Amino acid sequence: MSFTGTQEKQLREEEGTELIRPKSSHHLLAIKVENKFGVLSRVAGLFSRRGFNIVSLAVAPTEDERFSRISIVVDAESAPLEQVVSQLNKLINVVEIKQLHPDDAIEAELLLATLKVDKSSLVGIEKTVTKYKAHILEKNDSLITISCAGTPTKLDELENLLQSYEIVALHRTGQIALPKLEFLAK
Amino acid sequence: MELTGAQSLIKSLEQVGVEVLFGLPGGAILPVYDPLIESSMRHILVRHEQGAGHAAEGYAHVTGRPGVAMVTSGPGATNIVTPLADAFMDSVPLVVISGQVATSAIGTDAFQEVDFTGITQGVTKHNWLVTDPDEIPRIIREAFYVATTGRPGPVVVDFPKDVANAKTEWSWSDEVDLPGYRPPAQPDMAAVKKALELIYQAERPVVYVGGGVIKANATEELTEFIEMTDFPLVTTLMARGAFPDTDPRHLGMPGMHGSYAAVTAIQKSDLLISFGARFDDRVTGKVSAFAPKAKVIHVDIDPAEIGKVRRPDVPVIADCALAIRAMVDEMKRVSASKKSVFDSRTKKAQLAWREQVTEWKTLFPFAYDGKGESNYAGPIKPQQVVEELSAASDEDTILVTGVGQHQMWASQLWSFSKPRSWVSSGGLGTMGFAVPAAMGAKVGQPAKTVWAVDGDGCFQMTAQELITCSQEQIPVKIAILNNAYLGMVRQWQQMFYEERYSEVYLSADLPDYVKWAESMGCVGFRVDDPGEVSSVIEKANSIHDKPVVVDFRTDSMEKVFPMVPAGASNDDILVHPSLRERLAKEV
Ligand SMILES: Cc1ncc(C[n+]2csc(CCOP(=O)(O)OP(=O)(O)O)c2C)c(N)n1
Ligand SMILES: [Mg+2]
Repeated sequence: MSFTGTQEKQLREEEGTELIRPKSSHHLLAIKVENKFGVLSRVAGLFSRRGFNIVSLAVAPTEDERFSRISIVVDAESAPLEQVVSQLNKLINVVEIKQLHPDDAIEAELLLATLKVDKSSLVGIEKTVTKYKAHILEKNDSLITISCAGTPTKLDELENLLQSYEIVALHRTGQIALPKLEFLAK
Repeated sequence: MELTGAQSLIKSLEQVGVEVLFGLPGGAILPVYDPLIESSMRHILVRHEQGAGHAAEGYAHVTGRPGVAMVTSGPGATNIVTPLADAFMDSVPLVVISGQVATSAIGTDAFQEVDFTGITQGVTKHNWLVTDPDEIPRIIREAFYVATTGRPGPVVVDFPKDVANAKTEWSWSDEVDLPGYRPPAQPDMAAVKKALELIYQAERPVVYVGGGVIKANATEELTEFIEMTDFPLVTTLMARGAFPDTDPRHLGMPGMHGSYAAVTAIQKSDLLISFGARFDDRVTGKVSAFAPKAKVIHVDIDPAEIGKVRRPDVPVIADCALAIRAMVDEMKRVSASKKSVFDSRTKKAQLAWREQVTEWKTLFPFAYDGKGESNYAGPIKPQQVVEELSAASDEDTILVTGVGQHQMWASQLWSFSKPRSWVSSGGLGTMGFAVPAAMGAKVGQPAKTVWAVDGDGCFQMTAQELITCSQEQIPVKIAILNNAYLGMVRQWQQMFYEERYSEVYLSADLPDYVKWAESMGCVGFRVDDPGEVSSVIEKANSIHDKPVVVDFRTDSMEKVFPMVPAGASNDDILVHPSLRERLAKEV
């Protein structure tokens, strides 16, 4: 999934909506872990044990098969970031932790939704799909499944709009993040 | 060389230098007990797996080497969770090998199956489930490496039965491949210099010594540091023995039941130099009121301790021995060019401070009614027993305790002079720790006398390990301070629940400790008379071939003082009633 801040900005400009900065009541952590049995449970267990709240969590393999990356959004209220990071670092299978301030990061997330459709609602849904650069993945007489990638804020908006239709199912992946290019260079 | 997984495990344990295992067999671990017959390692058959765990901890405390315990799956494994948690809290290097059901049966609720790596995740530094017999040597190597390096701690190796029975090649490599584990060692010199800047300007310094100094074998470095600076110091419950109690600069233990001088010196200090301590709530009391005027230097090998409770002005992340060594060396370098690292005005302030803390020490000793009175006619005071035991013991004697009032009196009144001569459950506060930990300590240091000061409540939790001691000829000595109560809880009900006693009374006579001791192959004594305390101690000390249990019938209403009530500021320390008037004048 490629989705950069610039694209996001352009999209917003085209649409005349203003770029809403992500709230920084959260911390973004990209945790590189050894691809070992039980590692996700160790990381998640540490959060609950130490009383840190997870807003969202996503795991995926990395370019190197020995490692996986866990992207975690931590509720900034629940714990000082420094404590979270140093406790995580004590887990033997945690190899590296990158902290990203929301202002310095490109955040993205994927949303999938299945909606009920009829003739009258289809037009509206298709309009929303175009506006949000979403995709129609499947469709029949009564149901439609769409996908949309974007910042959590954008998906929040979209989710709000979709509330006016009859939602059969809606899933979001939880956000993942990379540093903005200007920070990557350093 | 082709071996079974079980043989590979035994050989790997031998390879890392294990001399003794504490354990108890069962179905899942059976294959491992077979090659154990031929092994050079000594196995001590405990009567309960909790005993195995605490014994291994006691062994680790007094030797500095990792303690090892072996248990079967299911209930054997869950029985050792308490020692794992205890070792996790007190940073004790402990390796537990647990049997597990066959890998094919994992997840099926097989007989005696528990998810032991899951259960112990929160109380171990790391754990491993062995699934490939070829990985046994590597995992054992890693397990011991993780347990003993950095901030030490407990680890679990969960060992399925089919892995034990499988055929494997055994080969050894000293390499470890743990890309996520890099324990810090050397301090950052910039941090050391920043710390010294604070030290050079301190007018009311206190050195706050924690268990990390013992773990890092840093007592020589500590002594040098104190010799160079002449700063007063305190030793926490985990650090007793890190510095001789007889030294006038030593103010004793800080915290909830610490000495008045230690607690008050910290409160009034302008610089707190923490070496391997973790600002535990039992030391700080109300955190926001703890050492309010002090700048803080925090030396710790665990970066997660920095700022966890109190934000330091200067953190130094390093092994305590290396960090203190670096400080001492740098001070020597600086003082080579001038007479002292302190200017004369600062030195003058420090001398006045020394006078002040020494006065507190003299004015507010550990007091109890009848102390030193020849005509005292009351029941035996528990403090008297500890004082007489201490006086009758040489400086190599190891003191072990349970948890409760007796533990506090032992820590307060024993005169320590050497590191690794004190074994106690600090962070977890585990009743029942003393008897098995004493057994492990005696196994680790067979030439030294091992005394346990235990509570009657604690003793009843794990006394069965005295059977192990008798059978295995491990002659420990147990002094029960029998106050017929869960005394520490009773004290709280006395002081904070209007003497409404709820479920704290045991009994002085039930069980009959002497008969119980004898039935376990020990020598048993009972003492009621304060005048007989020392002679019975002498008798106990003359027995070398059997464990000894002494039932000291002590004053059942005695309270531990000083005391900082839970959650209160350390400024609100309560001293012994006999000293209250004096304290009122002081403040
Ligand atoms: C396993 C366990 N259960 C309960 C407690 C709570 N507790 C702390 S001290 C204490 C009383 C201990 O009684 P005893 O061993 O007789 O020692 P005393 O305080 O009387 O010296 C209790 C119940 C504990 N620390 N550990
Ligand atoms: Mg008692």
